[in-house]
Formats: sequence, structure tokens, C-alpha cells
Amino acid sequence: MLAKRIIPCLDIKNGRTVKGVNFESLRDAGDPVELAARYVEEGADELVFLDISATEERRETLVHLVEKIAAEINIPFTVGGGVNSVEGARAILRAGADKIAVNSAAVKRPELINELSEAFGNQCVVLAVDAKRVDETWKIHLVGGKVPTEVDLFEWCKEGEARGAGEILFTSMEKDGTKYGFEIEALKSVNESSSIPVIASGGAGKMDDFIEVFKEAGVAAALAASVFHYKEIPIPVLKQELSNNNIVVR
Amino acid sequence: MKIAIIDYGAGNVKSVQNALNRLGVESFLTDNPEEIKTAEKVVFPGVGHAKAAMEILEQKQLVEVIQNLTQPVLGICLGMQLLFDKSEEGNTKCIGVINGEVKPFTSKELKTTQIGWNKLFTNENELLAGVSDDYVYYVNSYYVPYNKAYTIGWTNYGIKFSGSVKKDNYYGCQFHPEKSGSIGERILKNFVEL
Repeated sequence: MLAKRIIPCLDIKNGRTVKGVNFESLRDAGDPVELAARYVEEGADELVFLDISATEERRETLVHLVEKIAAEINIPFTVGGGVNSVEGARAILRAGADKIAVNSAAVKRPELINELSEAFGNQCVVLAVDAKRVDETWKIHLVGGKVPTEVDLFEWCKEGEARGAGEILFTSMEKDGTKYGFEIEALKSVNESSSIPVIASGGAGKMDDFIEVFKEAGVAAALAASVFHYKEIPIPVLKQELSNNNIVVR
Repeated sequence: MKIAIIDYGAGNVKSVQNALNRLGVESFLTDNPEEIKTAEKVVFPGVGHAKAAMEILEQKQLVEVIQNLTQPVLGICLGMQLLFDKSEEGNTKCIGVINGEVKPFTSKELKTTQIGWNKLFTNENELLAGVSDDYVYYVNSYYVPYNKAYTIGWTNYGIKFSGSVKKDNYYGCQFHPEKSGSIGERILKNFVEL
């Protein structure tokens, strides 16, 4: 039986880990390679790095950082942020990343998902979606959640899967950075309508939030940032608590 | 110790090399038949589609090379599957150094691709020494059925399947030892020390 995965997420800006609240007001959270090594040590199941400074001239810096991370850590990791072509993805995968997360670029040009999955396999493509409730429906938002679109969350997830995404990383923008708990209802709907694994993101504040998202939404993995960065929830303690609640963890 | 990692454009060879580096073991990436034949040990990784991978191996004239290796060989993920006779993925004839067929997961209750950490149960053997009931990292939608003739480690995902196999000098891991934390490192170390 597959273990439920705990995934620390590192937002990277100019080579440093940062964390914001509701996608804004960033604060520094340390050196990404050091932080990654700490998480591996603590029993993280996977890591996600999102480069939020992603502009063209910084691409090389990111590839260099990915090389350093890959040399250091022995668990899978995903890299995202501004990837909009097979070539861009190839450079990051060659540097040692296991998966590429695509977000805004895929919404603007959905064929990108097909191109990436054909070039590297579905297992390499994580469809990251940032969504927010707008008048009772969930709409996809772009550019780190700043720009609303008319794209429906559930339709987009279905389309992404059909185009070859291997996993869905769903961030609720209302919850992100708030520590009010995961967005259970929408996560459950996305999970039940997908035949690929769903990673829950946005809102983790206490251990009960993780128990709830695994039990109620049935997702494969839960991702969080600040509760791990600032050691509010140590991963070994979280895993013990999940295990005590009959949730299978590594 | 020189380990050849077969680099045929299918899979994350760099991760395997990084993992060996962390163990202090020298390795090199190659698709050259002579270099592969003369290496002390050979790692045969692979990610992607069986048919596409076999086509590349044929173009590079590596099928026969792999069939005739006598040193320890470790197939990883798709690399392990390709060691068998045939894969239902694209109905592909494979390298065939182990008798058996590769099949797709079909359980209705589970996601068709197994992605994540699952428990590996083991028989006593040199590759998996020191490993039992430990979690390893899988990414696969096809599997090699459990069979006493070659299965040395197994996992349950709707069905009991081969997590690790052995026949003569050919070893295989369906999971990714290079991504399976300290347990994966243990397995790679066991392989290096064979």
C-alpha cells in the first residue's frame, strides 16, 4: 500500500528560500540546499522547488541550483517556475530534477503539457494549479495567483490529465499561507475526478490539518512550506501523529 | 571499481550517477558497446515507454551486448522490465535474459500509475541484504508479476508484484534505489560490493 507523502515546498527567489502569505509579503527562510538536506534527514518523502523569480536571465542560476540539490539529496524532487518549453524543462531535468511543475505557461498554451509528457513521460509532468473561488465556482489564477482567468478548476484538471500530466498539485489561494487548514471540499472533488495522484497545497497550520486532508479528501500527498521552514511542525512528529491516526506513512 | 551506466537517452542517468558519487563510487555514462562489455559492473536505467526504449537500444546495437554480459548488471525501473521477454506496453519484444512478461496495473480502486513510497518485502539475498519491510520509491504503471523463479523482493499495489528480481548475473529493481533515501543507498552499496 502506498504511503501518504509529506512534501515540503521551497519557494526560491534569487537563490534563497522565501515564503509569503496569500502569495505576497515574502520573508527569507534560508539556503535551499541546506534546507533540502535538513528535510531529507527529517524524513520528507519528496521536495518541491518553485522558482518565483523565474525570468530568463535567472534560468541559469536555477539550473545551477538544481545541480547542487541533486548532488546532495537522495529523494525525488520537482522543480517549477516559469518553465514554458521542452528545452527549458530538459535543462532542469538534465541537472537532476525528477519532475517539472508547469503552471501559468500551460494555461496559456495547453499543448505544453502534451509536449513535455511526450518528451519525458507523464511521470515527469506535474500540473500545478492555483485556484480561488469566484462566485461559487473555482477559477484558475495565473502569475503566482495574481491574475484571474475564466478557466474552471475542475475542467482544467481533467484537460491536464488528458494531455499527459502525471500528477496534479492544487493550491488553494484562499488558504495559502493562512494556516487555516487545507481546502478539503475542492481537493476531494479534484481527487475523485482524477485518475492521477493529487497533491494538496495551501493552508497547512497544524497536524490535524494533515490528518483531515488525507482522511477527508483522500489525496496522495500534502505539501506545505512555512510550518516546516520555521519548525512549527517537525516532520518526524507529524508522521508519528499520522501513523497514530491509521494513516500509512513511511 | 568502474561502473558503466548505460546512457541511451531514456531516463535520468544523472540521478544514478549522483547516487553512486554519494557512495564514493566512480561511474561513467556510456552507450559504447565496448565500454559496456568491459566495465566491472553495469547499471541499466530507464524511464519512459518500452517500445521507444527498445528501438533506441536496437539502433545503438546494445540489445545483444546486454544479452551477453557476464558481470553483475542492475536494471532499474524500465531497465528492469526490459530484461524480460516481452512487455504489454506497446506489445514490445524485449531483451529476454529473464523469462517473463511485463503487464499493466488494472485495479479500478487504485490510480493506474503507482507514484510514491511503497513497502518492499524481501527474501534473503545479496542485493537486498539488510533490507526488509522498508519503503522504496516507485513510479510505474507496468509491473513484472511475482514469480518464485526470479522475484527476490515484492510489493503490493492491488496485486503482489516483483519489486526486485534476480537471474544469474542480472539483477533488477522496479523502484528507484537512487531516489529511495538511505534504503536505496544500501541497495546500491550491496550491488557495488557484489
